[in-house]
Amino acid sequence: MEKVIMGNHAVSYGVQLARAQVIAAYPITPQTQVVEILSEFCANGTLKATFIKVESEHSAMAAVVGASIAGARAFTATSSHGLALMHEVLHWASGGRLPIVMANVNRALGPGWNVWTEQTDSLAQRDTGWMQFYCETNQEALDMVLQGFKIAETVLLPVMLVLDAFVLSHTEEPVDVPDQETVDRFLPPYEARYKLQPGDPRSFYGLVAPEHWMELRYKMQKAMEEAVAVTQQVGAEFGQVFGRAYDVVEKYRMDDADLALVTSGSIVGTSREVVDELRDKGQKVGLLKIRMFRPFPVAAVREALAGVKKAAVVDRNISYGVGGIFAAELKSALYGTPHQPTVFPFIIGLGGRDVTPQSIRDIVAYAQEHDAPAEEIIWMEVKR
Amino acid sequence: MSNYQVLSEARGQVLSEARGQVPDQELMSPGHVACPGCGAPMAVRYALKALGENTVLIVVASCWSIIAGPFPYTAVQVPLLHTLFATGGSVASGVKAGLEARGLKDTTVLTLAGDGGTFDIGIQALSAAVERNEDFIYMCYDNEAYMNTGIQRSSATPWGAWTTTTPVKHPKEQPKKDMVAIMAAHRIPYTATATVAYPEDLIRKVQKAKGIRGSKFIHVLSPCPSGWKSEPAQSVLLSRLAVQTRIFPLYEVEHGEKYTINVWPKERVPVTEYMKLQGRFAHLGPEALAQIQENVDREWEKLVAKAGVTHLNREDAKNAKGT
Repeated sequence: MEKVIMGNHAVSYGVQLARAQVIAAYPITPQTQVVEILSEFCANGTLKATFIKVESEHSAMAAVVGASIAGARAFTATSSHGLALMHEVLHWASGGRLPIVMANVNRALGPGWNVWTEQTDSLAQRDTGWMQFYCETNQEALDMVLQGFKIAETVLLPVMLVLDAFVLSHTEEPVDVPDQETVDRFLPPYEARYKLQPGDPRSFYGLVAPEHWMELRYKMQKAMEEAVAVTQQVGAEFGQVFGRAYDVVEKYRMDDADLALVTSGSIVGTSREVVDELRDKGQKVGLLKIRMFRPFPVAAVREALAGVKKAAVVDRNISYGVGGIFAAELKSALYGTPHQPTVFPFIIGLGGRDVTPQSIRDIVAYAQEHDAPAEEIIWMEVKR
Repeated sequence: MSNYQVLSEARGQVLSEARGQVPDQELMSPGHVACPGCGAPMAVRYALKALGENTVLIVVASCWSIIAGPFPYTAVQVPLLHTLFATGGSVASGVKAGLEARGLKDTTVLTLAGDGGTFDIGIQALSAAVERNEDFIYMCYDNEAYMNTGIQRSSATPWGAWTTTTPVKHPKEQPKKDMVAIMAAHRIPYTATATVAYPEDLIRKVQKAKGIRGSKFIHVLSPCPSGWKSEPAQSVLLSRLAVQTRIFPLYEVEHGEKYTINVWPKERVPVTEYMKLQGRFAHLGPEALAQIQENVDREWEKLVAKAGVTHLNREDAKNAKGT
């Protein structure tokens, strides 16, 4: 059934269809509607789940960790400061190999207060062992919840799906909400391999000495490596069932492109329009959408950029002292490959500053006019 | 009264009262790694005897994170989840919901935390969980300081006590936080105090808590020979003296209103009998000890008043046992 809904509600419908059993969340702008409507679903019985109305995000993550380790399918949603407050517990979710799914609405971190979109909140959690997926549309947000549980329950690592504040979270778009029967076939009930079970007195999360520690961490990395192929399989299966296939990256009009825009989240949608426009003018410009950020899809990125002369990376985030985080990851992925493109690292749109088609045209123009970036970081539309 | 007399009286009392009241089932193994004389493993042993196998134990970061044994070992014969310092209330809420989602509706969730995890860093999540009246038992084993990190003061450390962060020249200047009053103020169904010197009382309270749906809080005084600078062999004696001096009375509070004193000390043992056995109080002079005695007497009378005991029914109250 097609509905016109905001991104936050698209996530909620995904959670309902995934039959999450335990939800724990704390409201924060701009995530609030995700949990408001889930509370309604739980109250009116359309979702048979326990909603734990915790007093903080730290407790929200701890509660879903508890629920997951007890063997239930668990979900939470947050944003920005809420995600930062969860930080230590994020490690316990991934270290416990728990297939929790969380939606994070990208929002800048203070001070001063800023409720608008920026990816620094989620990217700052990149080393916590969570998989990360950046959504371009509301449809993708819903679809990602369903795929997220399937991927997480296969590789046994948690999934963070990420959507832009307001640009997606509060913007209504037509979304195909699949029927429950089809979703049930795609996503069967969760059966935990190891769980808290009376009569089976296992100990979870006990003290681990150095003699065992590295092996546990090695296995987490192996699971991350496995996650790329699993995501591709799940995305292909999703396409067969629902008619919308997904991959870890998406190449848009990349055939014969000299210049590739590389970006993520809702900026991808804006960039598609600009690429179409420039292609109409005969310019060889393509677009590489990075959907999966953790694990970083190194092979897919290398393959996509193999014949490209220039890569213009559009980052709505910053690691202070380095620059755009996608740009840094991309450079790292390309290191040592033959015929590397020249990477142009752009930073734009921090704290919700609008990124318009003209912004993207300007980025393309800069990359076309320069043989190499004139600065380590190319700040767009900033008052210096 | 000499220590010896107290001790022998205590032994007699335990033997007569505990007989038949302490279940035989052992769900705690002897291979735990607690220090000699630690009160915490005794408290958990009794609690698990009271609860039986259909229990999930959650251990908040504390001495018990070590006591339970390192990976891949466990010292308890029930499923055990170690968890972060500030998550005693929240992770238990999730575990209970997760078990119920799988149809395990009658499994008891027992959270175990020290005074640091309860009085300090964990109080936010605990307060929230009991305000939601989550169905679990929260047991605080209170050794009155951060013992696992090497004896630093907590808000459970008593006035005047030495710790490594309240040195003798500057001992703790604040009274111990009244955690039972805080829990009672949440109007949860059941709050109680216990010590390992009265195992029959501790077991009865845990069993009572198990039979009540909603949030239950049990506060166990847990002697720590290394932190209290006491003899390991005297931990049960200290637990008993804490009750007999009325420093740590045994009582329960139902729905934040109904106070019942469970053990009414037959005579008033001076606080010095308890304090002189502990090096952490050795620096205190007669004035300080007199002040502590005065405070203890005042708190006891406040408790007596809360329990609705007046000069008219005091004799009945003294002989009453908890139900």
